[in-house]
Amino acid sequence: MLPLDLDALTGCLASSACLVTQTTSGFIIGMLLFLVAVGLTLIFGVLKVVNFSHGAFYMFGAYFAMTAYQVTGSFALAMLCGAAGTALLGLIFERVFMSRVYGSDVLMQLLVCYAFVLIFDDVVRMIWGPEFKSMGMPAAFQVAPLFIAGGVVPPYYLLLIGVALVAAVILGLGLARTRIGKVIRAAAHNPGMVSALGINTGLIYGGVFALGGMLAGLAGALAAPVRSLTPGMGFSVLIESFIVTVIGGMGSILGALIGAILIGMIRSFGSLGFPLFTEGLMYLFMVIVLVSRPTGLFGKEVA
Amino acid sequence: MTELQAEQAAVVPRIESQSQRSRYRDVLIALAAFAVLAILPMLTGSKALLDFVIRCSAFGLFATSLNLLVGFTGMVSFGHGMFFGLGAYGFGLIMQRSGLPVPVAFVATLVITTLIAAVIGAICVRLKEIYFAFVTLAFQMLIHSTILSWVSLTGGDQGLRGGIPRPAFFGVDLSNHVHLYITSCALLVIGLLLMRQIAQSPFGYTLRMIRDNATRASFIGIDVWRAKLTIFVLAALFASTGGIIMALFVSGAYPEFAYWTISGEGIFINMLGGVTTFLGPMVGTVLLLILNDTVTRLTEYYGIVLGIVILFFAIGLRKGLMDFVVEWYARRRDGSGE
Repeated sequence: MLPLDLDALTGCLASSACLVTQTTSGFIIGMLLFLVAVGLTLIFGVLKVVNFSHGAFYMFGAYFAMTAYQVTGSFALAMLCGAAGTALLGLIFERVFMSRVYGSDVLMQLLVCYAFVLIFDDVVRMIWGPEFKSMGMPAAFQVAPLFIAGGVVPPYYLLLIGVALVAAVILGLGLARTRIGKVIRAAAHNPGMVSALGINTGLIYGGVFALGGMLAGLAGALAAPVRSLTPGMGFSVLIESFIVTVIGGMGSILGALIGAILIGMIRSFGSLGFPLFTEGLMYLFMVIVLVSRPTGLFGKEVA
Repeated sequence: MTELQAEQAAVVPRIESQSQRSRYRDVLIALAAFAVLAILPMLTGSKALLDFVIRCSAFGLFATSLNLLVGFTGMVSFGHGMFFGLGAYGFGLIMQRSGLPVPVAFVATLVITTLIAAVIGAICVRLKEIYFAFVTLAFQMLIHSTILSWVSLTGGDQGLRGGIPRPAFFGVDLSNHVHLYITSCALLVIGLLLMRQIAQSPFGYTLRMIRDNATRASFIGIDVWRAKLTIFVLAALFASTGGIIMALFVSGAYPEFAYWTISGEGIFINMLGGVTTFLGPMVGTVLLLILNDTVTRLTEYYGIVLGIVILFFAIGLRKGLMDFVVEWYARRRDGSGE
């Protein structure tokens, strides 16, 4: 019924070179998804809002980074611009628009986000044009790839995985150990009480949205050298990071990490065994997880 | 018998006769609407207008059936479009492969939809709110991926090409534009009337109760799961009918019919028109299609214009157009009564 190529899959599993290559590419997909999904899950955990326009931040991050790189020629500055620009965008978006629909219907929130998906895509089309763009690999990383157990691993991939892991650790520790982290968790639990204690919850909400936007923007900036840039690029990432957050459990950072790696591996190895049904495989996996554990793998309770 | 019980006993027949009367009124309105639509081709030779009404029928049935879930039962389905796609593909495939008469293929498509909706519904309706939305979305994308990858059956991303044969039946020739138009209008009016009956029936009020308080509903002995599954399947049938009209109209079926954006548009239509009135989604359908047609003609930046209109409704009005009109009317009437 469905086109499958099990020979290719078993052949790859038997060879260490192919295994290393596919695992790395799975990690790349997973880590980029994690950065987007963790913002999504954080925003949902604290604000109880499903930010349907989160993919737009990923897209803006990539475009900001590309422009900054073309203007300055510095890769580090490009990353900074991608992350900082989307953080600002997230803050404005939350304060000006999203804050008006808190407490109203979930459908209204989704609708506002849907409106911005449409608007942001067209804004990008207006500024950067509708055609495919590419940022190009920065000179510092145009070196010979590493060979690990016969598998080819470009050094840039290692940087990408490293940055994402560092972000995960900082975020996890920051939320668990620091004062700000405690305030954020408290605001997620009981915003009325936090506000009564003299803490500006509006500022926290804006901050969390900015943080989420920044992480998605960073993901976009990191992806810019290895992916092509189009006005609709945020969308597929959004759908996949939704799957990740739902599988991992809405509101759980560890869940987002595990979910992202799982989806990355499914994409990477699935593209060998089921070339046309890779996406279907992800949805199938999501259905299975949700039916057996409706709150996701690491979700605690139904919000 | 206490005084209270006696009073209630007197009230029941009155409510029944009232519902009987409102049913006659609905049938009359439906007949009048159908008559107006049927006369339209004689008044105007505009093919574009008839096309517009056919598209309104397809999306109107789809959006109104989604409102049975969203507005009446409080089940926000993000995958309702899968049944629209299923209807289009099911009907198209049956017509292309088997050469059955149109009515038989129509019924066969609805039977297939019932089976698939029952299986998917049985898995989904147990889940709450946002999780229900996500799982329905996942099923939608699963069906979309299956359509894309099962190339030998569905034609993959090219869709069902080569046209759908439309042999005449009972003197109705669907390849004739006016016949197709009348058939679409009839399906729309009958579909709306049936959905209206569902919404006004005791079952419809059970659904409203589940929406407002599912726990209380189950305490007084309502099988919530069964009621939700029933309305999920019924809504799927009407969405599938919308898909069949669409397949007949374009004489084909495309993967976009099963893509999640169809579901997104359905939700949007509902918000645009309003979910508290029965005809709100129909008004929303007409609004969105007009908006679609004019904006795409005027500017290539369709998204920005549509986005701003959505923002106006979501942040400005905070409700759909019909909700707004009904509330405004009620306020005016109360005001003049003082």
